[in-house]
Amino acid sequence: MLAIKLAYRNLVGAGLRTWLNVIVLAFVLFMIIWHYGILDGWNEQANRDMQAWEVGNGQYWQENYDPYDFFTLEDSHAEIPDVLQKATVEGIVTPILLTQASVYPDGRIQSMLLKGIKPDQKVIAIPSAELNIESEEIPAVIGKRMAKNCKLKVGDITTIRWRDINGTFDAAEVKIVNVFDCNVPSIDGGQMYIHINTLQKMMQAPNEATMFIIGEDYDMSEDISGWVYKEFDFLMTEMNEMMKMKKVGGSFMYFILMLLAMLAIFDTQVLSIFRRQKEIGTYIAMGMTRTQVVSLFTVEGAMHAILAVIFIGIVGTPLLIWLMSIGMTMPAGTDDMGIAIADTIYPVYGAGLIIGTSLLVFVITLIVSYLPARKISKMKPTDAIKGKIQ
Amino acid sequence: MEQNTLITIDNLVKRFPVGKGEFTALNGINLTINPGEFTGIVGPSGSGKTTLLNIIGSLDNATEGDAVVMGESTSNLSLKSAAKLRRKHLGFIFQTYNLLPVYTVYENVEFPLLLLNMSGAERKKAVMDALNWVGITDKVKSRPAQLSGGECQRVAIARAMVKKPVIVLADEPTANLDAANSHNILKMMLKLNEELKTTFIFATHDDKVIKYLKRKISLEDGKVVKDELTKVKGE
Ligand SMILES: Nc1ncnc2c1ncn2[C@@H]1O[C@H](COP(=O)(O)OP(=O)(O)OP(=O)(O)O)[C@@H](O)[C@H]1O
Ligand SMILES: [Mg+2]
Repeated sequence: MLAIKLAYRNLVGAGLRTWLNVIVLAFVLFMIIWHYGILDGWNEQANRDMQAWEVGNGQYWQENYDPYDFFTLEDSHAEIPDVLQKATVEGIVTPILLTQASVYPDGRIQSMLLKGIKPDQKVIAIPSAELNIESEEIPAVIGKRMAKNCKLKVGDITTIRWRDINGTFDAAEVKIVNVFDCNVPSIDGGQMYIHINTLQKMMQAPNEATMFIIGEDYDMSEDISGWVYKEFDFLMTEMNEMMKMKKVGGSFMYFILMLLAMLAIFDTQVLSIFRRQKEIGTYIAMGMTRTQVVSLFTVEGAMHAILAVIFIGIVGTPLLIWLMSIGMTMPAGTDDMGIAIADTIYPVYGAGLIIGTSLLVFVITLIVSYLPARKISKMKPTDAIKGKIQ
Repeated sequence: MEQNTLITIDNLVKRFPVGKGEFTALNGINLTINPGEFTGIVGPSGSGKTTLLNIIGSLDNATEGDAVVMGESTSNLSLKSAAKLRRKHLGFIFQTYNLLPVYTVYENVEFPLLLLNMSGAERKKAVMDALNWVGITDKVKSRPAQLSGGECQRVAIARAMVKKPVIVLADEPTANLDAANSHNILKMMLKLNEELKTTFIFATHDDKVIKYLKRKISLEDGKVVKDELTKVKGE
């Protein structure tokens, strides 16, 4: 208690230098909390969007389906089993049929993934209803990335080519009936959605599907022969890994920032122990034990962190809340990273993040303060009193 | 050894390593100091006055011999016990004031009481009393840098005496004081010496102090050359 009281007096007495250190530390703390808040916010948003647009609450894959190997697509569809047929009717799942195809916008050839989806499905957010439109051409829906790449817009007509189940090439005209805007690149770039029945006919694979997406509000995980259940967490692995990498990448910068802040504190400590020898000698002459003096200097150093946390609490909290409300506009181009990313990311500051970061900064400051303070116990009090430089 | 001896110094030798050799700062000191003495160690610069005070205050160790202070042999005292002895019973006044620069006058004087865990109200009274003794009540909020040398010295004296220690070790306490202030402070110390039986040990070559001493121990080249009881001025 005494050490804290004295340390506080000393720090406040030391004035400007203390506040500079506190502000540097508070800045680092703030940046870390804000940055990880953004990453957490992003993670949450990406999870939400991916669940809504792509993965649902898990999926069933036809046993041969491998999303990383397009060449298996030919063999990775099968007749819809009764259980899944029933679940589809009940709106619990929705089937998707996949095949490889090419599109010829402006005479260029571009390969893509052609996806058959039910127009009346409510499981994922793809605006499939318009696939029901009566038209001479096949109604198709694409995402904004695909639209941009192929320079296609609503109302455009273009040719697609695909192979049927016998390997024979065939071609047809499609008409873009909707371009949707979504934050999940993995269901957008290089993909086109058409009515599943149309695709089944085109592939000569009646009543077949490649995968089923389970609705967000439903649970289904029973074994179905010929189909493999993929749980939500599995489907999110890649995304979570990527987020982890981002956090590690960010940590490096904060490690450097933190190092600078710690150097400032270390320097202050070394300097003050050097400069304040006379004071240290006086403390000892007045009957403080060496342990007490070492603790006093350690607490003094560590108190920078406490003051920084208080500073963040007073000045940073409104700022963090404000930043949370306006979010961070992501620069154009971040989209190409392949992670679901919204135009504006709203940071999320968890209690764990704030307490954990503060505690970490505190512990590191404590260590950095203790190391030089330890030197005090080696000082000769008679020399220290005179302020002799050793 | 007498029952009521406060300090017994027995064949004390202090050598400092200097370069490859050694320098003998104290060379076989024998002294006894009784409770309530108002003693001065006098002698020219470099004669070993400060060194002797430091050993009595267990801030430094004897090379040979021993100084027994309040029954504790300083040669065998653990660092912790030495700190306790200083905290409870000793008050230091340094040649160089050694005030804590970031503390106010009040906080400086309060400091030894904080170490004794004294309650707030008691502290306040004791601090104001001590500041009264040295006549510096008008500058309680100032910091040492804003004070003159003499004012600093008075604060240092107040700090040494605020806890009413058994022994006050005063190294040149009047070095920066004018005659009037020196006399006031010495009179006040003498009063405390008589009222509280506080033992004062000065290290000085200042005649203003020497005049007040009841006993004068003369040191030369680390040896006691004279030890005399003196007639105190005004008595
Ligand atoms: N740490 C040390 N290392 C080496 N020599 C020292 C040390 N401390 C003191 N001395 C020497 O011991 C001698 C006595 O020093 P001391 O400080 O006790 O003198 P003093 O009587 O207090 O002098 P002054 O009146 O100038 O304060 C001096 O010659 C000094 O050089
Ligand atoms: Mg001296």
